[in-house]
Amino acid sequence: MKITGAQLLCTLLERQGVRIVAGIPGGANLPLYDALHSPAGAIRHVLARHEQGAGFIAQGLARVTGRAGVCLATSGPGATNLLTAIADARLDSVPLVAITGQVPRGLIGTDAFQEVDTYGLTLPVTKHNFLVRDVAELLEVVPLAFELAESGRPGPVAIDVPKDVQNALLEADDLPPPGRVRPAPPCPDERIDALAARLAAAQRPVLYLGGGVITANAAGLACALAHRTGAPTVCTLMALGAMPPADPLFMGMLGMHAAYGTNLLLEEADLLVAIGARFDDRATGKVAEFCPRAAIAHLDIDPAEIGKIKPAFLGLVGDAADILRRLLDRLPAQDRPAWRRRAAGLRAAHPLRHPPRAADPLHPVNLCRFLGELLPSETILTTDVGQHQMWVAQAYPVRRPRTLLTSGGLGTMGFGLPAAIGAALALPVRRSLGEGGSEADGLATDQGSVPAGGRPRVVCISGDGSLLMNIQELATLAELDLPVAVLVFNNAQLGLVRQQQELFYGRRYAAAHFAAVPDFAALARAFGVRGLRLDPARDPLGALAAALAAPGPCVIDIPIHEGANVLPMVPPGAANHHMIVEPEPAHAHA
Amino acid sequence: MPTPDAETPATGFTNSATEVCHLLNDNERPPPGAGAAGPPAGDPPPEARTAVLELRVRNHPGTMSHVTGLFARRGFNLDAIVCAPEGAGATSRMLLLVAEEPRLDQVERQLAKLYDVLSLRHRPDLDADWFTRLL
Repeated sequence: MKITGAQLLCTLLERQGVRIVAGIPGGANLPLYDALHSPAGAIRHVLARHEQGAGFIAQGLARVTGRAGVCLATSGPGATNLLTAIADARLDSVPLVAITGQVPRGLIGTDAFQEVDTYGLTLPVTKHNFLVRDVAELLEVVPLAFELAESGRPGPVAIDVPKDVQNALLEADDLPPPGRVRPAPPCPDERIDALAARLAAAQRPVLYLGGGVITANAAGLACALAHRTGAPTVCTLMALGAMPPADPLFMGMLGMHAAYGTNLLLEEADLLVAIGARFDDRATGKVAEFCPRAAIAHLDIDPAEIGKIKPAFLGLVGDAADILRRLLDRLPAQDRPAWRRRAAGLRAAHPLRHPPRAADPLHPVNLCRFLGELLPSETILTTDVGQHQMWVAQAYPVRRPRTLLTSGGLGTMGFGLPAAIGAALALPVRRSLGEGGSEADGLATDQGSVPAGGRPRVVCISGDGSLLMNIQELATLAELDLPVAVLVFNNAQLGLVRQQQELFYGRRYAAAHFAAVPDFAALARAFGVRGLRLDPARDPLGALAAALAAPGPCVIDIPIHEGANVLPMVPPGAANHHMIVEPEPAHAHA
Repeated sequence: MPTPDAETPATGFTNSATEVCHLLNDNERPPPGAGAAGPPAGDPPPEARTAVLELRVRNHPGTMSHVTGLFARRGFNLDAIVCAPEGAGATSRMLLLVAEEPRLDQVERQLAKLYDVLSLRHRPDLDADWFTRLL
């Protein structure tokens, strides 16, 4: 039977198990949309209001499920609008398949209407990309795109399909098998033996967990390693959730906005075991002074990460879960009571400084702590980028893997709302996957279920600057009526910019303050979403809890102090032990 | 040639300045001539040492962009490039003249990650003059 390229594309997506795609139609991908419209199709299309929104909706799905998210865009501006979401997926190693329409082959290179070199534009921000030059190539390209996106270190793959290729007919009786994850080659035993020996000999080991631990479903195993060795454990922003914050070995996030004691502990470590982490500059500070006394063992599935930033005496390339399982098999229990006491002492000596809740309930740290008490552990939280993101990282207890979705590497403002929509779409999928994947994850994390009597919610914590960058997705949210609550930490400014100008640019506040700030509650209502603004004088936390308990999407505008800073902070480029820890000057309470 | 898993031997519990100097972030890299990464100040620059890498790659219109784009965006040095199809034309061989620098190992690992790169090896029998003679 002859089918069109567009129909073939849909069929191949269905065979990959894709059930939801997000996108926007346009001239060059209309054949694909026509095929998606088929009543027999198994794929639900989510219409975003901007292609970047579609990209982040797909990312939300992918970050929650671990399977490739799929987004669609037309040629030209559709494709360029997707780029930020694709680049974001690249830096955070998120599996994504972006499918763009392209002008017909005969028009490529003629500056045709809505023609842009999508292949060239996506090349540096994807794991791999394709321009499909013949309809038969789809048979190879689509399964391969999913295999590449999900195998090894995951990442985005772009497929550009000219319109005439979508319309071309081919005989498709013999379809290829779906693309599957290719297992990583096993790490040699000698390396694991060497790490076990070094761990046994170390006196002050620290585990440094990155997002790869969560990607590999190895959080429980990493926690088991920490307990087996008595090793205090630090997490990158991307790894928050890998170890429950209540764990006595948990030292929180390292780096620029770490607790001071965490960065001091790293100064003292004699062995740093990095697992699925890439020594990002926000984590390491000045690289030459990062962990100055530590030998570094580096576990990563990407061989190019070993030694990229910091030389490692031992590189272990492979799947983190596999390596950790084999390491635990040969590692006797080691207790390091003095070192554990030292870590606990540093943690206790350098708590986050913030006013008491009764005095200042809407201080961002108090807000994050309150949300941590209010929201069940399996609640998925997304953030945007800026001060609110760092307050969440410092003060919100992320208790389970894949429950904090945040733009870590690219730092994309505008990520939070569409990612929350994607996460909410994934909630039923997540349940069918058995609440967060493999048995490995269950080793040490709590096994909370959907709260008794409560509806699962996705909470997006945003700022007044970030939210406006993809505010149009409130229309998507209203249409889908998903249980997403958007909390706007509103200080009428680009807060992290203002903070850096205060600390490092002589308080010259260039373009940091918004003279006009929209009424976010009214804006939400205009989109058809419940909206309210908390009144600091009238039990704001009670009002927040009530708003979160009510069903359906909502936007909650939360006024926060204009002068609040994220502290402590390592000045950009400085070593991690050079932290600004001074509490912010007392501000007038409203 | 360094193996993909090359590792520096354990040197104790401290990292010396020379271990880290070539791995700083861009904004922390010392200026040429400063510190351990560059030649001693005042001395004439030593003759730049080069290496030749041979890649077997999938032959399609985007492969050259993937390879050259990698060098451009990661700030790696690429002095010369020669590419020709081999066999029935499904694959090509590419010869790259690159700087012999500490980061070369990282260059190789990044090249090896490209889907279109099938294999990579050093060609110590070739040098910069070989490329010049082709012109």
